[in-house]
Amino acid sequence: MENLSFLIDGLLLGFVYGVAAMGLTLIWGVMNVINLAHGPIIALGSFGVYLLFSRLGMNPYLALIFTGAAGLLLGIVIYWIAINRVIEAPHLSSLLATFSVNMVIIGLGTAAFSTTPRNIDYSLGSLTFNTITIPISRIIAAVASIIFTAVLYLFLYRTTLGKYVRAVANNRAAAELMGIPSRRILALSFGLGSTLAALAGGLIATIFPFTILSGGVYELKSFVIGVLGGLGNPLGALIGGLALGLLEGIIPAFLPVTWVPVLEFALFVLILLFRPTGLFGVKK
Amino acid sequence: MNAWRTPGIWVALLVILAIGLMPIVLKSDATREVVFTVLLSVALASSLNIILGYTGYVSFGHIVFFGLGGYVGLYALNVVGLPLWMAISAGGLAAGLLAFLLGKAILRLRGAYFALATIGINEAMRAFVINFPAFGGAIGISLNFRIYREYGGATSALWLTYYLMVAFTLLAVALSYAIKTSKFGLGLIAIRENEDAAEVMGVVTPNAKTWAYVLSAIIPGMVGVLFYFKNGNIEPGDAFRLHFSIELLVMVMLGGFGTVVGPILGAAGYQRLRGILLTTPVLKDIQLVVAGVLLLLIILFIPSGAVGWLRHRFPKLRQVLP
Amino acid sequence: MILEVQNVSKNFGGLQALLNISFSLPEHQILGLIGPNGAGKTTLFNVINGVFPPSRGTILFRDEDITGLKPYDIARKGMARTHQIVKPLNELTVRENVMVGACFGHKALGLHQARLVADEVLEFLGLNNRADQIAASLNIAQKKRLEMARALASQPYLLLLDEVLAGLNPSEIAAMVETILQIRQQGVTIIMIEHVMHAVMNVSDRIIVLDYGQQIAEGTPEEIAHNPKVIEAYLGDPKLAQRLQEGNGYGDTRGE
Repeated sequence: MENLSFLIDGLLLGFVYGVAAMGLTLIWGVMNVINLAHGPIIALGSFGVYLLFSRLGMNPYLALIFTGAAGLLLGIVIYWIAINRVIEAPHLSSLLATFSVNMVIIGLGTAAFSTTPRNIDYSLGSLTFNTITIPISRIIAAVASIIFTAVLYLFLYRTTLGKYVRAVANNRAAAELMGIPSRRILALSFGLGSTLAALAGGLIATIFPFTILSGGVYELKSFVIGVLGGLGNPLGALIGGLALGLLEGIIPAFLPVTWVPVLEFALFVLILLFRPTGLFGVKK
Repeated sequence: MNAWRTPGIWVALLVILAIGLMPIVLKSDATREVVFTVLLSVALASSLNIILGYTGYVSFGHIVFFGLGGYVGLYALNVVGLPLWMAISAGGLAAGLLAFLLGKAILRLRGAYFALATIGINEAMRAFVINFPAFGGAIGISLNFRIYREYGGATSALWLTYYLMVAFTLLAVALSYAIKTSKFGLGLIAIRENEDAAEVMGVVTPNAKTWAYVLSAIIPGMVGVLFYFKNGNIEPGDAFRLHFSIELLVMVMLGGFGTVVGPILGAAGYQRLRGILLTTPVLKDIQLVVAGVLLLLIILFIPSGAVGWLRHRFPKLRQVLP
Repeated sequence: MILEVQNVSKNFGGLQALLNISFSLPEHQILGLIGPNGAGKTTLFNVINGVFPPSRGTILFRDEDITGLKPYDIARKGMARTHQIVKPLNELTVRENVMVGACFGHKALGLHQARLVADEVLEFLGLNNRADQIAASLNIAQKKRLEMARALASQPYLLLLDEVLAGLNPSEIAAMVETILQIRQQGVTIIMIEHVMHAVMNVSDRIIVLDYGQQIAEGTPEEIAHNPKVIEAYLGDPKLAQRLQEGNGYGDTRGE
């Protein structure tokens, strides 16, 4: 029965991975930029919730909303400072531009918060069915992830601004001809991607201890998930997140837990080679 | 070959040699350590430049060859008991072989997909080595101290690795130049500029790319052995540190992508800068921030790097500055 | 026969880009390939030189089956081409661009020989005073000539020219036509896609007309100009149809 417990844990966590990956894949889909600052933004999201909770005594889930808004702002600022000038340049430029943002955030974060692990001391207890125990914080994280995904899709498919984002993702030049201010839409999209990263980070903070460096792990997982679900496909990212969460839940039943990343990254490379559009459907 | 009549390359090699001789003349261990790090960076950045700068493929996880070389080398020294020169050859061979096997597969991917795949391979390798008992798993391999004795004790072993490092750096730069000025190099640059056009003109792109990848992997594999022999131990987190990989990219960018001299200047400049940042008290805590801001400024405003910028500004330099 | 195209078809997903194209081309001829926009002319080039494998059919080049070979294999066997949308190697000099053609194409010369050939070809195409400039700095007419120079430097048996006259002014067209004739005189067989009617009518020994991926006519320029099917195909573009009927070398000289 312990295995089932792992499985459910993994699955619930998979939703949170999915949100993080959705941010990465949204940015890739709209502007073909791999955001190497994704991890630090996830970590900043964790710290956002942590600080609001521990300094102001705010409920962590309320704090999540403020953190998400701050993520939007941060993303837009990052876009205008670091990305806008290299958006047409070869991939190496945008990769290194986002990496320099990564260095700055990690540097500032380390100076401000050190690298001692923090955690949010806010327990909601757990649910028990027979022998299976599920922490409530994980259930809430999964539900919140579904809500974030739904809101993202409502935004993309039900609002004019969302339509602009899709238009720019589809064909930037054509969108510009139609009078869409493409650069501002790119900035907004980078902001949205960062919001999702910050939200994922906030949810992670309610489950695991974290440091300013711990975003890196989730960034790498986001790569794997993004490729699994098809880069540029947000819903694919959510499903990919679930798949990864499930894998992480299942593999330990057969192999030592340390084999999980080996299989994850091997899978990642194989999918890039044989199904570069992802396992679930084709977009773009 | 008349390419070797260009003074630029000889100046570059002589400067490296002069810097390499400095600690020997000064008989200073501290200087030796500093110069070793700079030379290591020059050798790695110059090698990376073959696939990155000449061919235009962003090998983001290039450090995998350095790490693998180190592991194979220490394994050969410690467990198999091979002499150093054979361990170094084994490290280079392993790295080259990995690049050859990977090359055929992942070099089909273009742009960011290739970059992502190289990250994935580095991470997969790290995770695999953690689970690989022969390489010591998560703990890694510690060199048996008695092996240093075969090279006259720890001190003289350190000097030996240093001499070899100087030699490998010169070799890396000479190789980079030889490729750049060869017909093979012309094909690589054609691939960088427009892969489809290169194919139509008869460049056998899959082979050219694979060999470029192999050639850019061998020296990192060999100096990996040197570095970890000197270091005395190797562990997975260190050997496959993505951050170091990205630092190499930064060095190439800094000095000038696709030029022979660029990675030399970039590597030396980057390590010098790092040294200053780490030893200046005000900057020490925020060294990463300062480095990040500088990198961003360079990418935004001088994307072709120092040498690229000079060549662009003064086209005459194209003849003398390889 | 230097080239035999036998029942070649190409489809992309559901789109039938080429259907049952067959022709054979004797040595030292110039074959014109015309047809309305989107008729599949460039696709036919892409299939002949290996950019895409054909979906069906066979292509023989100098009596050797080259169906499904890669562009670099075919280039090394002695076929070279230019691109309608020029593909200069921007950061290389003009000379180096041409050397790539000489080094990796049919003759596979060494660097030293390639440099000599490149200078010769650049002289022939009037680009010699640009040899040390980087390719990015050329204007469009020069870039078109650079495409030709790279192709010629490989010393091919067969040269595929994709709209080398488009966008040139009348005197440039006249010069380029002269160049094409000289190339043929050196023993090179040529297939050219062209919209500048009077030029293609003047230069070609034979002409093939494509429309919606099908080969609707083949013959001498004379026959083509009076073929009702061809005129019908061009009716969507009355100006072009008129130019076609005016036949050899009159009327407006501008391509589009």
